[in-house]
Amino acid sequence: MTETPLLQVEDLRVSYQGRVGPVPAVRGISFTLGRERLGIVGESGSGKSTIGRAILGLLPRNATVAARRLRLHDTDLLHASERALRDIRGRRISMVLQDPKFSLNPVMTVGHQIAESYRVHRRASATEARRKTLEMLEAVRIDNPERVYDLYPHEVSGGMGQRVMIAMMLIPEPELLIADEPTSALDVTVQAQLLVLINELIARRGMGLILISHNLNLVASFCDRVVVMYAGRVMETCRAAELDRAQHPYTRGLLACRPLIDRAQPELPQLARDPSWLDGPVAA
Amino acid sequence: MTLAAENRESLRQWLLTDAPLGRTQARLGRFYSNWLALRRNPLAMAGLAIVVGLLLVAAVGPSLVGGSPYFQILTDRLEPPSSEHWFGTDNLGRDIFARVVYGSRITLMLIALVSIIVLPVGLLVGTVAGYFGGLLDVLLMRVTDLFLALPRLVLALAIASALGPSIQNVIIAIAITSWPPYARLARAETLTTRKSDYVMAAKMQGASHAHIIWNHIVPLCLPSIIVRLTLDMAGIVLIAAGLGFLGMGAQPPSPEWGAMVSTGRDYILDQFWVATLPGAAIFVVSLGFNLLGDGLRDVFDPKATGHKA
Amino acid sequence: MIEIADVTISFGSGAHRIDAVRAVSFKVAQGEAFGLVGESGCGKSTLLRAIAGLQDTASGSIALAGQNMGAKRTRADRRLVQMVFQDPYGSLNPTHTVDRILSEPLAIQGLDNVDQRIEQALGEVGMGSQHRFRYPHQISGGQRQRIAIARALIMEPKILLLDEPTSALDLSVQAEILNLLRRVGRNRGLTMLMVSHDLPVIAHMCSRIAVMKRGEIVETLPVDRLRRGEADHPYTRELLASSLETTMAKAN
Repeated sequence: MTETPLLQVEDLRVSYQGRVGPVPAVRGISFTLGRERLGIVGESGSGKSTIGRAILGLLPRNATVAARRLRLHDTDLLHASERALRDIRGRRISMVLQDPKFSLNPVMTVGHQIAESYRVHRRASATEARRKTLEMLEAVRIDNPERVYDLYPHEVSGGMGQRVMIAMMLIPEPELLIADEPTSALDVTVQAQLLVLINELIARRGMGLILISHNLNLVASFCDRVVVMYAGRVMETCRAAELDRAQHPYTRGLLACRPLIDRAQPELPQLARDPSWLDGPVAA
Repeated sequence: MTLAAENRESLRQWLLTDAPLGRTQARLGRFYSNWLALRRNPLAMAGLAIVVGLLLVAAVGPSLVGGSPYFQILTDRLEPPSSEHWFGTDNLGRDIFARVVYGSRITLMLIALVSIIVLPVGLLVGTVAGYFGGLLDVLLMRVTDLFLALPRLVLALAIASALGPSIQNVIIAIAITSWPPYARLARAETLTTRKSDYVMAAKMQGASHAHIIWNHIVPLCLPSIIVRLTLDMAGIVLIAAGLGFLGMGAQPPSPEWGAMVSTGRDYILDQFWVATLPGAAIFVVSLGFNLLGDGLRDVFDPKATGHKA
Repeated sequence: MIEIADVTISFGSGAHRIDAVRAVSFKVAQGEAFGLVGESGCGKSTLLRAIAGLQDTASGSIALAGQNMGAKRTRADRRLVQMVFQDPYGSLNPTHTVDRILSEPLAIQGLDNVDQRIEQALGEVGMGSQHRFRYPHQISGGQRQRIAIARALIMEPKILLLDEPTSALDLSVQAEILNLLRRVGRNRGLTMLMVSHDLPVIAHMCSRIAVMKRGEIVETLPVDRLRRGEADHPYTRELLASSLETTMAKAN
C-alpha cells in the first residue's frame, strides 16, 4: 500500500505523576493502522486503555504524553491544540467506551444525544438531525427507532445502550473508531450480536477499528491483527488467524491458561511471569 | 548520613514498609502516609498550624502572658496598641491581648464540648436509621428533621431565658441544633455501606447488628463526618461569637471573644481595636479550621484530586 | 448436602411484583461441584443469596445438610455455608487489615488458636505472613480474592458458594484462582455451588450444570455433555454458540 496509513503511532510513551514519582503506563509502543481491525489485548496494568485516550488527548492533567510520531493521516495529534483536537474527536476519530450507563447522559433522551453528536460537527437543523438520527438508529439494528428516540438511558437495556453509543459515535462519520472494552459489560449472547454489528458498519464505511480488550478470544475472533501488551510494552504483533502460532512466551502463556470448553483439564497451566519481559528485547 | 538522619530514615522505612509485622505498625504506617499526603497541601498545613497554634495558646498562653485579663486600670482605658499593651486596652482598662489569650480557652472548650456531643449522637442516629431502614428509619429521620428546623439563635435565646445566660447554655444550644446534619451524613454513608459484600460476609459469619454497625459501618462514615466537623467548627465559633455578642454567652468579666466584640461595638469608630482584634482572632481560628477541613477531605478522598488510579 | 425444593423468590408486591426465581428445584450431593449458568437477570445470584441466608424466599424450602434453613439462622448454622463474592475490590473492608479480616469470623464464632488458624489460612491460599498486616489497597485483585477465600474457609464450612469469583480478574490470575479453588475443594471435601455467566469456567469447575433463564432452570446436564455440545434446550445451545471459545475452537 502506498497511501499513508490511517494512524501512525511511533514510540508512544505515557506516564502519570503519582504520589512518589512518575508512574509509566505506556513505555514506547509503535504500530500503524490501515483500514483494518486492530485488536490491542492485555491484562490490567498493561497500559492498553491509556492508548486510546492518549490518541484522543483525553488523559488527565497529571499525565505526560510523548511520541516520536502520533499521526492521523497527515494530521499531527501530538502537538495539536485543544481546539484542533476537539474538531478531530468525533469527526475523525470516535471512541466507544465500556458501560453505556456511565457514558450516556442520564438526563437527556437517547435520540437527543445522538442528534446533538451530529449537530456538534455539522451545521444542521433540528429536523435534519432528527432524520439522520433515526436513520442511524436503524443502521444499528434497533427496532422501532421512533419509540427508542424518546427513551432515557436508564430505560434501555445494556445491549441497546451500546448500540446507541455506537450510533452516536458513528453519526459524524469518522475515519477511525476506537472501542475500549465495548462488550465487557454485556451478556454473552448480546456481545456476539454487537460485535457483528460493529464489524458490518466498519466494513461498509471503510473505517479503521482499534478494539481494546482483556479478552483474548474476542480480539482473536473479530480482528485482523492483534497487538499483545504487557507492562506498557508490546510483546508481540501478529495476524489474528495466526495467534495460536504466537512466538512470545507471554502470549503463549496467556493462550494456555484459558479454560477450554471442549476438553477437561485437571489443572490450568499458570502463567509464570518472566522478569525479562519488563525490559528485555521483544519479538518483532 | 548523620546518626539522627539515619534514625529518621529507618523510622520512615519502618512506617512505610509494605510488610508490616503487627497491628500497631500497620496502623501507624497508614496514619503516616495520610500525614504525608496532608503535608503536600500548603493551605492545609497553614490551617493545621493555626489549629495547633490555638491549642498552644490555650494551653500555655495564660501562664506566659504578663498581664491579667481582669485587672482594670481605669485611667488607662481605651489605649491604642503599644509595646506595653500589645492589643491596646478596652473600655475598662483591661489588656486586650491578655483577654484574647485567656479567651482562647473558652473557644477551645466550646469546640471540644460541642464535638463530643454532636459526633456520637449524629453517628448513632444516622447509622441506626440507615442500617435498619423501615419504620425506625422514618421515625429517626423525622426526629432529625424536627431538630433541624429549630433556629439556633432563637433556641439559644429561649434556653438563655429559661436557664440564664452562660457559656454552658451556649454549648447546649449549639449542640442541640448542630447534630442533625451529621445524622443525615452518617445515614447516607450507611445506605451505601450496608449493601457491601464485606457486610454480607460479616452477616454470613453470624455477626450481630451491633457488631456490623460498630466494626464495618462506623469506620467508613468517620472520614466524611470528621471532615464535616472541622468545616463546621468555623461555623460553631462564629455562632458562639454571635450569641456572645447578643449577651447570651459568657457573662462579663469573662473574656469570651464574641462578648468582647460586642462591648467594642460602642467604640468602633474611634477605638476600633477593642472590637476588631478579638474579631480577627475569631476570623483566624475559623479560617484555620476551614483550611484544615478542606485538606483532610482531599486526603480521605483521593478521587477529588484528579489522580487516576 | 443441598436440597432446593420449589423455591420462589420475589421482590415488590402486587402489580410491581417481580419473580426473580420461579419454582426452582435441584439437589447437590456432598462433595459435588454444581454450576448455575445464565445471563444477567436470570436469578442465579439471587438464588445463591437465598442459599447463603442473605435473602428470604417467598415459598419453597432450602435444606442444607438435612436441615431446613431460611434467612434467619443461628450462629452455629452460619458456620455451615460460606461465600466468595464477585468483586475483589468490594468484598474486603478497606479499613481493616488482612489480619483483622481473618480474625473477625474467629472472634464471632468464638474459636481459639487465632494466630495459628490465621497463619494456616494464609498458607492454604498461597499467601505469606508478609501480607498479614497489609490493608486491601496494598494487595492486588487476585490476592484479595485469595483473602476472600481464606476468610470463607477459616470457619471450616461444609458448603462453599461462589458468585462469579473470577469474572473481575485477569486471565492469568483467573487460572491461579480456579486452580486454588479446585485444590481446596478437593482437600476439604467441600460441596461447591458456583454461579457464572462464563461457560468454560463453569465447565472447568463443575461436574453438573443447571442453565437458568428468567428465574427458571431450563436444563440440567452433566459436564461431559456440555463439552460435547449435546444440549437439549435451545437456550443452552444458544449460550454454547455465543461462547467465543466454541467459535475459536470451530475456527481452528
